[in-house]
Amino acid sequence: MSKLRAFGAFAYDFVIGDDWRVAIGVAAALAVTYWLSHATKVATWWLVPFALVVLLPLTLWRAVRKR
Amino acid sequence: MDSGGQLSGAAIALFASVFLACAVEAVEATTIVLAAGTARDWRSATWGLGAGLAVLAVITAVLGPAVTRLPLSALRLFVGALLLVFGLQWLRKAILRASGHKDSRDEGAIYRKQLAAAQAAPAKRLGVVPDAYAFTLSFKGVLLEGLEVVFIALTFGSNAKNVPLAAIAAVAAVLAVGLAGFAIRAPLARVPENTMKFVVGIMLTAFGTFWGAEGAGAHWPGSDAALLVVAPAIACFALLLVAVLRRSGPGAGPGEQAAEPAKVAA
Repeated sequence: MSKLRAFGAFAYDFVIGDDWRVAIGVAAALAVTYWLSHATKVATWWLVPFALVVLLPLTLWRAVRKR
Repeated sequence: MDSGGQLSGAAIALFASVFLACAVEAVEATTIVLAAGTARDWRSATWGLGAGLAVLAVITAVLGPAVTRLPLSALRLFVGALLLVFGLQWLRKAILRASGHKDSRDEGAIYRKQLAAAQAAPAKRLGVVPDAYAFTLSFKGVLLEGLEVVFIALTFGSNAKNVPLAAIAAVAAVLAVGLAGFAIRAPLARVPENTMKFVVGIMLTAFGTFWGAEGAGAHWPGSDAALLVVAPAIACFALLLVAVLRRSGPGAGPGEQAAEPAKVAA
């Protein structure tokens, strides 16, 4: 059980890292892109870059504030 | 490669991205193996290196065909999302380091720390391996850093439909760094690792943005050529964030100039 927990912790750290909010934000941006791309004819290529422009300063701001 | 056998721009970008990313991981693994071999026992450290590489080969053999069998749009969405999360992690750390908000990674200091810990640990035999500590240290270092090499090579290679070229880039990077490390028998402290991590973070984020959006059904203006705009745009944005943070930071210099850490950074 402890090995399973250790593997889970390793996998979380490997993929998600220091700020889980970034992973949630990326997933949300891709989900909205998928939905809009398949349900409408709106151009959706800008959504992920826009999410990046919001998420990166936010996660940096949180990291700097924590120090 | 194109039909004429010449390397296309996309193939060069793929090779450069995978080579650079894997070289960074190889530098970290080499530091650990060198510490295990120098402080404890070279034979055991070499066994650990071999065992780590064997496990990585099995993981690659299992995951490789499974990943390449996925439909391209699903693969791009899944891998794009992973690369984007992964890339933003790297970029976050790189920006914090370059702006002086996080200590720079220093292979020399990490090597000395590993060396001291290895010298203090008691000796214990493990089957044919004379020193269990050196074996385990080397094995874990190679496996953990190697997993990132496998991940990067497989995701980049499968998405670009060129796994062989990605594999060649990964192996070339590991061999180049490994041979250099063992030739000088010292940590590769002169490698501009923090700057390389900054560049790799930009590349991972750019490819993740491009493939993730495309996998979700978006159509990039200019198709593949959009990547040539996305990557420099992310680089400019990251440098802008470094400049902004540096103004509010503790006053450390950029990238390698900030490599005077009070403590060793991971």
